[in-house]
Amino acid sequence: MALSGLDIYKLLPKTNCKECGQPTCLAFAMKLAQKQAELSACPYVSEQSKAALAAASAPPIRLVAIGTGEKKVEVGNETVLFRHEKTFFHAPGIFVRLKDTLPAAEADALVEQLHNYGVERVGIKLHVHGVAIENASGDAAQFAARVAAMQGKTDLPLMLMAAGAAAMEAGLEKAAGAAPLIYSATAENWVEMAALASKYKAPLVVRAQGDLSALANLTEQIKAAGVEDMVLDPGVRTSHGTLVVLTQLRRLALKGGVRALGYPIVTFPGEDAESVEEEITRAAQHIAKYAGIIVLDHFEPANVYPLLTLRQNIYTDPQKPIQVSPGLYEISGPQPESPVLVTTNFSLTYFSVAGEVEGSGKPTWLLIVDSEGMSVLTGWAAGKFDAAKIAKSVNQFGVPGKINHKKLVIPGLVAGLSGELEEELPGWEIRVGPREAIDIPTYLKTWS
Amino acid sequence: MTPAVQIPIEKWTGKVREITLGATAADGGTRAKTVTVGGENTLPFLSFEGSIPHSPAVALEIQDHYPNDWSPLLKEYWGDLLRDPAAWARKAEEVGADIIVLKLISAHPEGDNTDAAHAAATVKAVLGATGLPLVVLGPGQADKDNEVLVAVAEAAKGERLALGNCEDKNYRTVVAAALAHGHLVVAKTPIDVNLAKQLNILITDMRLDLDRVLMDPTTGALGYGLEYSYSVMERLRIAALTGDSMTQQPLICTVGEEAWRAKESKVNTGVPAAWGDWKKRGIHWEVLTASTQLLAGANIVVLRHPDSVARIKQTIASLMAE
Repeated sequence: MALSGLDIYKLLPKTNCKECGQPTCLAFAMKLAQKQAELSACPYVSEQSKAALAAASAPPIRLVAIGTGEKKVEVGNETVLFRHEKTFFHAPGIFVRLKDTLPAAEADALVEQLHNYGVERVGIKLHVHGVAIENASGDAAQFAARVAAMQGKTDLPLMLMAAGAAAMEAGLEKAAGAAPLIYSATAENWVEMAALASKYKAPLVVRAQGDLSALANLTEQIKAAGVEDMVLDPGVRTSHGTLVVLTQLRRLALKGGVRALGYPIVTFPGEDAESVEEEITRAAQHIAKYAGIIVLDHFEPANVYPLLTLRQNIYTDPQKPIQVSPGLYEISGPQPESPVLVTTNFSLTYFSVAGEVEGSGKPTWLLIVDSEGMSVLTGWAAGKFDAAKIAKSVNQFGVPGKINHKKLVIPGLVAGLSGELEEELPGWEIRVGPREAIDIPTYLKTWS
Repeated sequence: MTPAVQIPIEKWTGKVREITLGATAADGGTRAKTVTVGGENTLPFLSFEGSIPHSPAVALEIQDHYPNDWSPLLKEYWGDLLRDPAAWARKAEEVGADIIVLKLISAHPEGDNTDAAHAAATVKAVLGATGLPLVVLGPGQADKDNEVLVAVAEAAKGERLALGNCEDKNYRTVVAAALAHGHLVVAKTPIDVNLAKQLNILITDMRLDLDRVLMDPTTGALGYGLEYSYSVMERLRIAALTGDSMTQQPLICTVGEEAWRAKESKVNTGVPAAWGDWKKRGIHWEVLTASTQLLAGANIVVLRHPDSVARIKQTIASLMAE
């Protein structure tokens, strides 16, 4: 729970010494509450108060990093149950499982595929986030060899899955310094697994089969043993069961204040699924409802691309739709006689339209109006994409100076604006373009 | 040892209205079966803290005119059935739909501009071909919607159709037709909680009982605004469970129409290799749009491809299975 300024004030020395740069301790406390000051600015605060403030400011769901470097996956630190209440912050990492029983050539090929997979959507690069190596062979040397074989092939974060501590350590030795996610500590083996997590500075999955009290007990014991970075596996695999237990865990962490369950969660959508298709539908469920790491058993672009798109959708900040800067964009080297298309600065609108214009091969001017990140229809309904605004943008971005005609193409969805726009832009011919971006290439073919 | 974890239970005060589509002979219709949705007093599939008397239902969309602009993947599956709404409806029932959504697209003034009698005859033919409950949607142009839906309401008196779409422009005529002939309505608003409530209030003012109103909050497809409709639906459902009477209508989502308009499902030329196999991707697009809306509270998802019907039925069954 966040503390108020007054709560914090009670923990300060109350001497008003001003050494922190604030006129009074109360003013300093208010700054701390708004996160505009650091507690370290106060030279006299007691150790006891420091500990109390640190505990109170810790997030209800711990932020856990898997891997190191640019591609490390950070999950947790969520603050709400529903994205409309604020936003979801750390989108789940999509991992793909690789068993150490897979022949080396096939395994290497899969790793290469995972490493190279990438696709851009609304200007953001989507990719796979990690590889989960499972000790399916039961043989420690074979496991270690597979982990070692990842070296130089990919810098994707790893998850290491082995039942025994000996095999786990054999794997960890080969991934030293890479902070792989250890799977997993259970009531039986947690002492050894926690020791490995400490030794190799790696985050640790804690698993208890379907019993949240047992899970909470286990994380507390492991925390007492010095491991802070944990990920939960509540052990449930059915579709209904996962929805229920992940919802309960999120509620317990956020509303119940149960610190022992305030960790991100790992799921395995393929383990109870009857088909790859069902695995994908379940992974989609886990994206919307509360997973931190999702381990797939199969990789195929047609399956993963829809999941990555959904992940992007659900984790978009509802208060800040993805936008592009308003302005006049040049596509395929437009000339003075090239057409001018106008649309809004909602990112999805921009990229859909720009993509189609580019695909058409026709050199075109694309005028992007500041609709405050709204799509064509939403912007029109909200008065953020109207005739006055379009006319203003035409002049603001110097369109008349770039072209030798006076023709402007508006989106088909706002065909009704053409009359008004002709009044706003005297002497211009307002043309109505297609309703859907997908029809732009056909439209541009006939443009003259 | 820490004390045992207490599972938090939400005690909601409101519930979603229970609505039955279709009427059997006993109730003045000709349907072989009816479909009831709604009635839950808990968030989607969270049956541990409330009751969910009815599973969400799956509908298939059919049209009374060959859908020229549909994805080749859909055309390939349905083939010539796309030219015969009655045969199309029969096949839709065969492949597992619970409800048929018939769109009277041919009545559009910019299309074939067919008349009210044509619409009534089409609905009669479809009613004759399937025993499932029917949702009948006009062409989406207010004047023609009114014209054809009034005729349809009369021709199918007592069938407990759901007539739509009721929008702020044309709700009066559609609601009056439903009132006069024992039908339901679909109230459609553009991704907005307050507009949805407002339309329900206007409809109530005309004395149509709210257990005869389905709410279509407008669906955004995966990658094309899904998150907007997802959050509006979650807000509507939470409001319903908190006791706001004007948000307690079951939700119907036009998933297929939106998902199959996306470039990802519609075409396969000039797309990145990383999008993968077209057919698989297209079905995923529809299925993931539907399954995500179900998690937000959808009571009826309207689909276009039979493969998606099978997958969403399995998804619903496993989400309902305790």
